[in-house]
Amino acid sequence: MASALPDGDPAPPDGALPPSAVGGAADRRFGVYVHVPFCRVRCGYCDFTTYTAADLGGLADQDRYADTATRELDLAATVLARAGLPSRAVSTVFFGGGTPTLLPVTDLTRLLRTVRSMFGMDPEAEVTTEANPDSVTSASLAALAEGGITRVSFGMQSAVPHVLASLDRTHDPARVPTAVAWARDAGLEVSLDLIYGTPGESLADWRTSVTAALACEPDHVSAYALVVEDGTRLAARVRRGELPAPDDDDLADKYELADALLADAGFEWYEVSNWAVPGGHACRHNLGYWRGDDWWGIGPGAHSHVGGVRWWNVRHPRSYAERLAAGASPAAGREVLGDAERRAEQVLLAVRLSDGLLVDELDDVGRAAVPSLVEDGLVDASALPRRVALTRRGRLLADAVVRALLG
Amino acid sequence: MSPMASTAHTPSATPPEAIRNFSIIAHIDHGKSTLADRMLQITGVVDPRQMRDQYLDRMDIERERGITIKSQAVRMPWETAEGTFTLNMIDTPGHVDFTYEVSRSLAACEGAVLLVDAAQGIEAQTLANLYLAMENDLTIIPVLNKIDLPAAQPEKYAEELAGLIGCDPRDCLKVSGKTGEGVEPLLDEIVRQVPHPVGDPDAPARAMIFDSVYDTYRGVVTYVRVIDGHLSPRERIVMMSTRATHDLLEIGVISPEPVAGSGLGVGEVGYLITGVKDVRQSKVGDTVTNASKPATDALGGYRDPKPMVFSGLYPIDGSDYPALREALDKLKLNDAALVYEPETSAALGFGFRCGFLGLLHLEIVRERLEREAGLDLISTAPNVVYEVAMEDGKKLTVTNPSEYPGGKVAEVREPVVRATVLAPSEFIGTIMELCQQRRGSLRGMDYLSEDRVEMRYTLPLAEIVFDFFDQLKSRTRGYASLDYEADGDQVADLVKVDILLQGETVDAFSAIVHKDKAYGYGVMMAGKLRKLIPRQQFEVPIQAAVGARVIARENVRAMRKDVLAKCYGGDITRKRKLLEKQKEGKKRMKMVGRVEVPQEAFIAALSSDAGSTDKGKK
Repeated sequence: MASALPDGDPAPPDGALPPSAVGGAADRRFGVYVHVPFCRVRCGYCDFTTYTAADLGGLADQDRYADTATRELDLAATVLARAGLPSRAVSTVFFGGGTPTLLPVTDLTRLLRTVRSMFGMDPEAEVTTEANPDSVTSASLAALAEGGITRVSFGMQSAVPHVLASLDRTHDPARVPTAVAWARDAGLEVSLDLIYGTPGESLADWRTSVTAALACEPDHVSAYALVVEDGTRLAARVRRGELPAPDDDDLADKYELADALLADAGFEWYEVSNWAVPGGHACRHNLGYWRGDDWWGIGPGAHSHVGGVRWWNVRHPRSYAERLAAGASPAAGREVLGDAERRAEQVLLAVRLSDGLLVDELDDVGRAAVPSLVEDGLVDASALPRRVALTRRGRLLADAVVRALLG
Repeated sequence: MSPMASTAHTPSATPPEAIRNFSIIAHIDHGKSTLADRMLQITGVVDPRQMRDQYLDRMDIERERGITIKSQAVRMPWETAEGTFTLNMIDTPGHVDFTYEVSRSLAACEGAVLLVDAAQGIEAQTLANLYLAMENDLTIIPVLNKIDLPAAQPEKYAEELAGLIGCDPRDCLKVSGKTGEGVEPLLDEIVRQVPHPVGDPDAPARAMIFDSVYDTYRGVVTYVRVIDGHLSPRERIVMMSTRATHDLLEIGVISPEPVAGSGLGVGEVGYLITGVKDVRQSKVGDTVTNASKPATDALGGYRDPKPMVFSGLYPIDGSDYPALREALDKLKLNDAALVYEPETSAALGFGFRCGFLGLLHLEIVRERLEREAGLDLISTAPNVVYEVAMEDGKKLTVTNPSEYPGGKVAEVREPVVRATVLAPSEFIGTIMELCQQRRGSLRGMDYLSEDRVEMRYTLPLAEIVFDFFDQLKSRTRGYASLDYEADGDQVADLVKVDILLQGETVDAFSAIVHKDKAYGYGVMMAGKLRKLIPRQQFEVPIQAAVGARVIARENVRAMRKDVLAKCYGGDITRKRKLLEKQKEGKKRMKMVGRVEVPQEAFIAALSSDAGSTDKGKK
């Protein structure tokens, strides 16, 4: 959940959806995202909606968070039903943050039960929680699995101590393999998150991190280029010249290295920053974002999408809790996408996937742009004429490809 | 004697014997405007309460830059023991580009005050104007200004002035325009030394135009000096160069605000209004006569203004093109030397190729367009006019490098100037080196004093418009001053250097340069562009070429990363909006083939050291 909320239209106080959101709903999966806006410490690079315990209190207290989130789930069920959307079993749930595992396991499993009882859940549903390697134990992971969680995504970030220190990450890198082993024992799918391009990280450091991640034998790896977001402590340090700004060539080198190491280990890329072991280990919840599915985002600063309506909640946990306590929607703003905007989003999202984008979805301008993208080595000729899929170089220039396809 | 004249003469009935017409020759910051201010005060023509600094400089640009673009003529009464006199102070433009205007202002006078900063000594442009005044047989009154300054060395510079005009150093007056010290004695000396005008009051009128200014409310205001005869209100007058006749709607004097009167007689200086709307109908140097009894011979010295330097002016926002046209049309009313015609650049879009008297003129026009019409402009590197003769006998005049012919060229002629550089003698070597690099040839050198030297060069004008003045200033720590005037043309070994992006010529960057400098220009421009052009999805070769021969090459490496790493639920809206913004930004990009070049890159590549001129006072 990025820091600054977008500009949009005012959201209705009752959260009601326009009739346009209903069309085609039966063909879209439905997911639930639960944002847990708490962290033990705030990392210097992070611009997500998250607070440390000291920031909060009262209605926004961590202990009362599950109750507040339950209220929003209630609201979600009401709003969807009132809008006339068909009842759809939830196919994915994702607890993100923040640090969801800062909440007691029982809070997470209770929320999951609420989701199940309100909407019903696919028998094959994917239920992920994010976790810090040092915020779990063997027992807590077993309890999560017991409560219906199927997948855990660890914020590993790096295996190199000086890199972790630059990122303000507090965990001991040696903790990661242990935590992964516990998760395996509990029967959970495991994903590891890595960050590359941290100031001071060498190519060798990055190789060490990827190799260490692969040694844990996860099912899934996400690798993100560090983005220096405005308003973060990191941005201030870069601005003051204390740290160098990330360099695009260095980031490209690291991306290519990761992609090569992951491919060697048998992983396949399925989205620009995501790789998985073949056989259904891609994150289905995240695929929903890129495929234009519906999801309801619970929590402060959480974004939702239903049938071309995107909205986002107020950022601060206190105003979020107050709104819900007063029986109102916590939405801060929304946008009802027009046809052109929906098409633009479809292009910019689908292009990121290994499946790519159907050429049929492009307009004339987009189709005319394809040959020169192939010539520049950005689009894979072998997927044509049916689909526009990116080459490795194209993945690194995906935004440029999108601009070309959208004219 | 008495600070204020008790009995001023009436315009149109002033005996020529009581008239003194003079101008002040001075370098830009040597205090001419301040001295003029003091004169206005001391003679009582400006009420102390209405006094403001640089009273006579009307345009903001004039006040800010401390230069006079347009002349003025102020009539001031002055009383001495010999009686009452009428002083006409004719202000002159103070820059090399306006030499012709200066010569006409001087031709309207019998005397000149040579005003020199007592802390700095004479400068090249002052010297050039002094020579002009001496050629016109004007009486020169040497004056050292700013004697109140601690750094003033009046004795030293009095020697210098005395050496230049052949007088005794003790004849140099010493004044302070700032404190007013010495200004009254100066006015007395003007009366004593400057000859009174002589003319035939009964002959057909002949009045010389020394300036014309467009005024929004009144149309063109023409400044004249009457040589012979008399001009009266409501009569018909003839402009002798064009034979155009006009009704004299109003005639009068400036003192220092316009005062309409019953005409102007021999030796008098004043203004006239005919209702025309364009200064081209009232040309500097032209002779005005009566329609009823026209003179047969015009006064000598008239010539049409001739543009020396050309540059393309383009609006940064293409939709401002009509506004630019309108602004140029308006400016033209007040600037007889400005010429322009529409041109199209593949890189810059629609604009105008404009001709100017020189670099300062270019800068003033550009600044006025930006300021008065609120336009943002790009100007291409200034160039001169080339006369190209082809082997097949065709001849053409090239004012835009992109029009330089590709075929077999038999001969190219380029304009040259006669340049004068004044500097402390310690810089002789440095200046010679610079002038040699710029294909100059030394014509002569004279010591003005023990440690100051005057060097005379013939230089191609093209070399001067390409950062010569900046180089001269920086190599002489600001001590050198420069003046130049057109001096015909010469055959030169010139080539056109094209700059190509991914094989496509960018017309705005083409330049005509001497064969020996082609490589230097190519390397410089290619290097500059490599830094200015953002990386694209593909490698962009930048080449400099003469014809088909590549003389320099740089590469903008392909961009390797342009992707947002994270694009999850909460990022999508932001991401889409970013794309929409980038799409807007793309509209401000100029496409050269497939290469997106930001407007700023053009501006930076064209502006910086390519033909920039000194922004401040010279």
